[in-house]
Amino acid sequence: MSEQMTGAKMIVEALKEQGVDTVFGYPGGAVLPIYDELFQQNAIRHILVRHEQGAVHAAEGYARSTGKPGVVLVTSGPGATNAVTGLTDALMDSIPIVCLTGQVPTFMIGSDAFQEADTVGITRPCTKMNWLVKETDALADTIHQAFHIATAGRPGPVLVDIPKDVQFATGTYTTKPKAKVSHYQPKVRGQIETITDLVHAMEKAERPVFYTGGGVINSGDKASVLLRELVEATGFPITSTLMGLGAYPASGDKWLGMLGMHGTYEANLAMHGCDLMINVGARFDDRITGRIADFSPNSRKAHIDIDPSSINKVIHADFPIIGDVAHVLEDMLKVWKARGRKTNGAAVQTWWQQIEAWKAVNCLSYRQDGPTIKPQYALERLEALTKDRKDRFICTEVGQHQMWAAQFMGFEEPNHWMTSGGLGTMGYGFPSSVGVQIAHPDALVINVAGEASWLMNMQEMGTAVQYRLPVKQFILNNERLGMVRQWQELLHGERYSESWSEALPDFVKLAEAFGAKGILCSDPKDLDDAIMEMLNYDGPVIFDCLVEKHENCFPMIPSGKAHNEMLLGEAETQGVIDGAGGVLV
Amino acid sequence: MALNIEQGATSHSAYDLRSHMSDVVETHTLAILVENEPGVLARVIGLFSGRGYNIESLTVAEVDHGGHRSRITIVTSGTPQVIHQIRMQLERMVPVHEVSDMTVEGPFVSRELALIKVIAKGEHRVEALRIAEIFRCNVVDSTLESFVFELTGPPEKIDAFTDLMRPLGEVRLARTGVAAIARGL
Repeated sequence: MSEQMTGAKMIVEALKEQGVDTVFGYPGGAVLPIYDELFQQNAIRHILVRHEQGAVHAAEGYARSTGKPGVVLVTSGPGATNAVTGLTDALMDSIPIVCLTGQVPTFMIGSDAFQEADTVGITRPCTKMNWLVKETDALADTIHQAFHIATAGRPGPVLVDIPKDVQFATGTYTTKPKAKVSHYQPKVRGQIETITDLVHAMEKAERPVFYTGGGVINSGDKASVLLRELVEATGFPITSTLMGLGAYPASGDKWLGMLGMHGTYEANLAMHGCDLMINVGARFDDRITGRIADFSPNSRKAHIDIDPSSINKVIHADFPIIGDVAHVLEDMLKVWKARGRKTNGAAVQTWWQQIEAWKAVNCLSYRQDGPTIKPQYALERLEALTKDRKDRFICTEVGQHQMWAAQFMGFEEPNHWMTSGGLGTMGYGFPSSVGVQIAHPDALVINVAGEASWLMNMQEMGTAVQYRLPVKQFILNNERLGMVRQWQELLHGERYSESWSEALPDFVKLAEAFGAKGILCSDPKDLDDAIMEMLNYDGPVIFDCLVEKHENCFPMIPSGKAHNEMLLGEAETQGVIDGAGGVLV
Repeated sequence: MALNIEQGATSHSAYDLRSHMSDVVETHTLAILVENEPGVLARVIGLFSGRGYNIESLTVAEVDHGGHRSRITIVTSGTPQVIHQIRMQLERMVPVHEVSDMTVEGPFVSRELALIKVIAKGEHRVEALRIAEIFRCNVVDSTLESFVFELTGPPEKIDAFTDLMRPLGEVRLARTGVAAIARGL
C-alpha cells in the first residue's frame, strides 16, 4: 500500500508504527505542521517540557527506565541547539533517543533565515547518526532507519532534521516493513572460541572478579538474569560501574558495591588484586581505571562489548569478545555448564576471605553526630524508608550527592537508576525524573539532587505540576558546589573559587510558587518524619534537606593514582585501619 | 609534545594529565568505502579532528555511481594504539561500509598527482625543463617565464621534484593527496 500524505502526517504515522506512545517536546515555527498533526490524534501523547534540554533528558529517563527509545520533538535553531547537551549526554551513556528537529524550508537553508541553524552540522559529533531530509518521499523511510540505528548495536541518540516545506508537501509513505534495510547490523553473537578460552580461564582463576557496566542494562532484562545466574553459579565477586548499578542486586551476597573513583574499598582492591577480570559491558572509563600503568597489574582481562572500538581502546584485552552481553553470557553459561561447571573452589574461597577483610574496613562509614544532617545519613534514611518499594526509581544530578546516592542506595533491578555518567551533566536529574514518572505513573520516582545542579533545570517544575507528576526532588543542600569544593580543598590549597551557591531561593516558597509542596528539613531528628511526609504527598515535592556544608565524598581514588591508593576519609580518621595502611594499603 | 606539568601537581586532580601512550609514531594509509551521502566527508573528518587524530592527506571521490559508494583514502600517523582506534572508530560509523589499513594488509600502490608551476628565466628555466624530463613530467602550460608541470607518483617523488625546482625559481604547487590500492588480486 503506497499511501499519499503530508510529511507532517507521515512523521506521526511513522512514530505510531514504531510503537511510540510518548513524545517530549516544545513547539516552534519550524515544527508547527507536526504539532498540528499531533493535535488531531490521540495515539501519541506529547509532554510539553519547559526547555529543550529538559525534553532530551526526560526522553533519556523514559528510555532508561523502559528500555524503549525516547522520542524528542523540537523546533529549528534554538530548539535544536538547546537539545545538544542532552544528545551529547545520551551519546556518552549509550541511551537510545530519536530527536526530530524542525528546519527552515529547504529553499531558505543557508540564507541565515530566522531560527536557522546548521543542525546536522552542530549535532554530527553528538549523535550516533543524523539526517537532513530534503524529500517528503524519503521522510518515513528515514524515520524508520533512525529508530533502527538508535536501538541497534550500542544504542545512542539520532537526529532527523526536517525542513518545514518537507512537512507541508505530500509524498508517499513507506511502511516499516518496506523501509530500506540498513547495512548497519552489528553482530550480537560473540566469537565462541574466545568465549571458550575465557571459560577455561574462569575454571582456573584464583582471584576472579566480574566488572559490569551499562552495557548489561542496555542489553535488556535477559542480560541481568543471565548475569545473576552466572555470578551465583560461579560464586565470583561482582562489582559494577555507576551506569551498571542494578544489573546485579545490591542485596546479593557476591556484591562488592560500585567501583571507581568513589567506589568501595573492597571493589577497587578486588579489581587491583584480581588475576582474572571479566568486563561485561563496561568501557574502562578513566573514572574506573585510575592510573592506567598500575591498573590491575596482575590480571588477565576479558572484555565483552558490542562496540569493537571500546575494546583495546584504553586497556589491553586478553579475551576480546565483540557481541551483545545477553548473547555472550548465554554462550558463556552454555560452555561453562557443558564443561562440568568447574571453578577453582579453594582458591576462590581464599579470595573471598581477603575480600571480607577489605569489607571489614567499612569504607563508607561516616559520623552522624551533632545537630547537622550528614548527606550520607540523609540518603541512608531515604534508602531505609523506600527500599521496600519495588517500583522505586532513583534519578540523580551530578556531583557529590550522585556518588553518595550510588554508595548508599541499593538497586535490586536494572533500569531503576538514572544518572548522567559519561558526560556528567548537572541538570540531568530533574527532567530525567519527569520522563521516568511519565513512563511509570504510579511509581515512586525520586531525584537525589544537589541544590546547584537542580537549579540548572528547575523550570521543569512547570512540567511536573502540569502533568501532576508526583516526582520527589530530594535536594541535599550544602549551599556549595560540593564536588568542586572538594577538589579545591584537596588540590587547590583550599581556595574556594566560585564554588558556593550564593542567593539561593527559598525552596519551600519556590515549590509553592509552582503549586507544588515544599518541605524543609535541617535537624537529623526530624528527618524520618519529613521523608515520610514527602513520600505520602501525592504530587511533586521539593525537599530542601540542609546538610553539612563541608562534607567530602570518600572513598576516593585521586586521579593518576592506582586502585590501591585510595583515600578513605572518615574510615581512616576513625582508626578503623592502622596508621600506615590508612592511605596506601 | 608533552606539556610541562610539575610532578605531583595533578596528584589529586580529576584527570590524569600525563599520557600513557607509547611514543612510536607510524604512518598508515587507510582506504574507507563509504555511502556517498551528504555530510559523509564531514563525518569522517570530524572524527579525526574531534578525537585529535592526524590527517596527512585525504582524497575522496565516488567510485561506484550505481551503488553510491565513495572511496576515501587517508594517510594518517599515530602510535599503534591510535591507528587501531582510528580504524575501530571509522568502522563503527553508520555510513562506513569497509575500512582497510593498506599499510598492514600487504603491498599497495599509492600515487599522487601534482601540478607544479615554476616561474624562472634563462638558464634556470632550461634547467627546470631538463629536470622535468628526468622525472617524466608532462608540460601542461608554458609561457616565456613559466612552466606548469604535471607529475604523478608517490608523494616522495613529488617532494623530491619540488625540492629541486625551488632553487630555480618561484614554485607554486597544487597536490591532490594520495590515492592508494592494493597490489595483486
